[in-house]
Amino acid sequence: MPTTDFWSQGLGWFLLSLGQILAVTVWLLLSLAFLLWGDRKVWAGVQMRKGPNVVGPFGLFQSFADFLKFLLKEIVIPAGADKVVFLLAPLLTFILAFAAWAVMPLAPGWVIADINVAILYIFAISSLGVYGIIMGGWASNSKYPFLGGLRSAAQMVSYEVSIGFVIITVILLAGTMNLTSIIEQQGGWIWNWNVFGGGLKNLPMIVVMVPMAVIFFISALAETNRPPFDLPEAESELVAGYQVEYSSTPYLLFMIGEYANIVLMCSLFTILFFGGWQPGFPVDFMAEWPATLQSFLLFLVFFAKTIFVFFLFAMVKAIVPRYRYDQLMRLGWKIFLPTSLVAVAIVAGWRVFTGHAA
Amino acid sequence: MPLATIAFYLMATVTVLAALAVVTARNPVHSVLFLITAFFSAAGLFVLMGAEFLAMLLVVVYVGAVAVLFLFVVMMLDVDFKSLRQGFAQYLPVGLIIAGILTIEMIIVATSVATRGAASKVVGPEASAPDVSNAETIGRVLYTDYAYFFQAAGLVLLVAMIGAIVLTLRHKPGVKRQNIAAQTARGPKTGMTIVDIKPGAGEGE
Repeated sequence: MPTTDFWSQGLGWFLLSLGQILAVTVWLLLSLAFLLWGDRKVWAGVQMRKGPNVVGPFGLFQSFADFLKFLLKEIVIPAGADKVVFLLAPLLTFILAFAAWAVMPLAPGWVIADINVAILYIFAISSLGVYGIIMGGWASNSKYPFLGGLRSAAQMVSYEVSIGFVIITVILLAGTMNLTSIIEQQGGWIWNWNVFGGGLKNLPMIVVMVPMAVIFFISALAETNRPPFDLPEAESELVAGYQVEYSSTPYLLFMIGEYANIVLMCSLFTILFFGGWQPGFPVDFMAEWPATLQSFLLFLVFFAKTIFVFFLFAMVKAIVPRYRYDQLMRLGWKIFLPTSLVAVAIVAGWRVFTGHAA
Repeated sequence: MPLATIAFYLMATVTVLAALAVVTARNPVHSVLFLITAFFSAAGLFVLMGAEFLAMLLVVVYVGAVAVLFLFVVMMLDVDFKSLRQGFAQYLPVGLIIAGILTIEMIIVATSVATRGAASKVVGPEASAPDVSNAETIGRVLYTDYAYFFQAAGLVLLVAMIGAIVLTLRHKPGVKRQNIAAQTARGPKTGMTIVDIKPGAGEGE
């Protein structure tokens, strides 16, 4: 990062931040295009279909063709819909999904805003994501979208609670809410990753942290409305839930926002439990290499891990049947909430009584 | 710091305008949406004051959870707001008195803070050591100096929660409930019976 006077203050700082935001957004949008393609390919593979294979080699440009199609179609706004809220809802989903990436450390030093409440910021922004869905469902002035909106409100609020507790266990282990420090603490060998308790001295915590990782993964599925928790858009019950009345660009914004949130949750899962950009072995041998090269290689490690988690998301979508609504609520409130609450107590006790509290 | 000043005026204006719109909006759902906007920009103001931990809590708790339930309830209830608005002028004097009292209180607090500079020293980012984040500072104060109050607040919430559960929990007889443990524990022995039907008898079990 340039540290000359021009870039560290005033206009230069503004331009630099703008450039960073642009870089992250473009990178994210491009990866989303291919991840969407990958998602469909995995889904197709499980069902023994070919999936998109016409546009470009292996159908790689399918997402861009879809993008053009969405842009060129007509925006239909239903009669009696609340126009402003109707159009605001997909915009909100889209903007919030990208705003959360502002604090995401992609590689050493590669982060737009390295704030010390980064986890809370991501948690706060992702808890706002529910508004896009509720507003869209309400403003459509139609039954199925409304039901979808109400369902998602209850569902996302429920699963946020357990996600919050799981995040607290990680914060307790790490002793910080800064994502960069959390990743740096997981450096070195693979047992330093938080899923294994974060270091040999905390190894007994593996008993707690592995289930916490599983709970985080499942709650992330519910939080992003992915199958098997896609009740807000369950096509067999609600046609397409809150998305029924949306067409063209507003629908595209909803979809991109949804996928950006999914990738965000994948990255967060990687960072909190699987060491972020840490490859699982000491990287001291790279100390002599140019800083940019180091960052780039570690960024690839982070990206690979995120894609692997995304692959897991896609597999879950392909092989697990949808939950019924009361079962979803039961899982969230009666199983995940008590389990994660007990885990918070255990990890907090461990940190206090083993004497390496932060 | 021109950027921070611009941000302050922007967010302060948004907060005040949104708060006005909460009261004046005709549609109750719009009111709640404006309330959310007001909360959110208030959180932005917290960040500008260096209280980023409080700002995030405000967004997580009020915007992310409480306001969602507000919105939920307002959307579900079919309230006739025309009839509610009819007595509006009648409550105006009471409202004005309360608003007046609040304004006077705020002026008193603001002037005392401005003259003594006490609160700004406590709240401001310069108060704590630069390497200690304000989440840590709040944690230290909350769990050491005010530990008993903290636990008392927890007890109050627990009582409220148990009360809500007791009020709504009822087991009606004759309602079929799903027992997932029993379902998943079903095996060939418990879930299946083999019946030997005699040919031509035409009946099972």
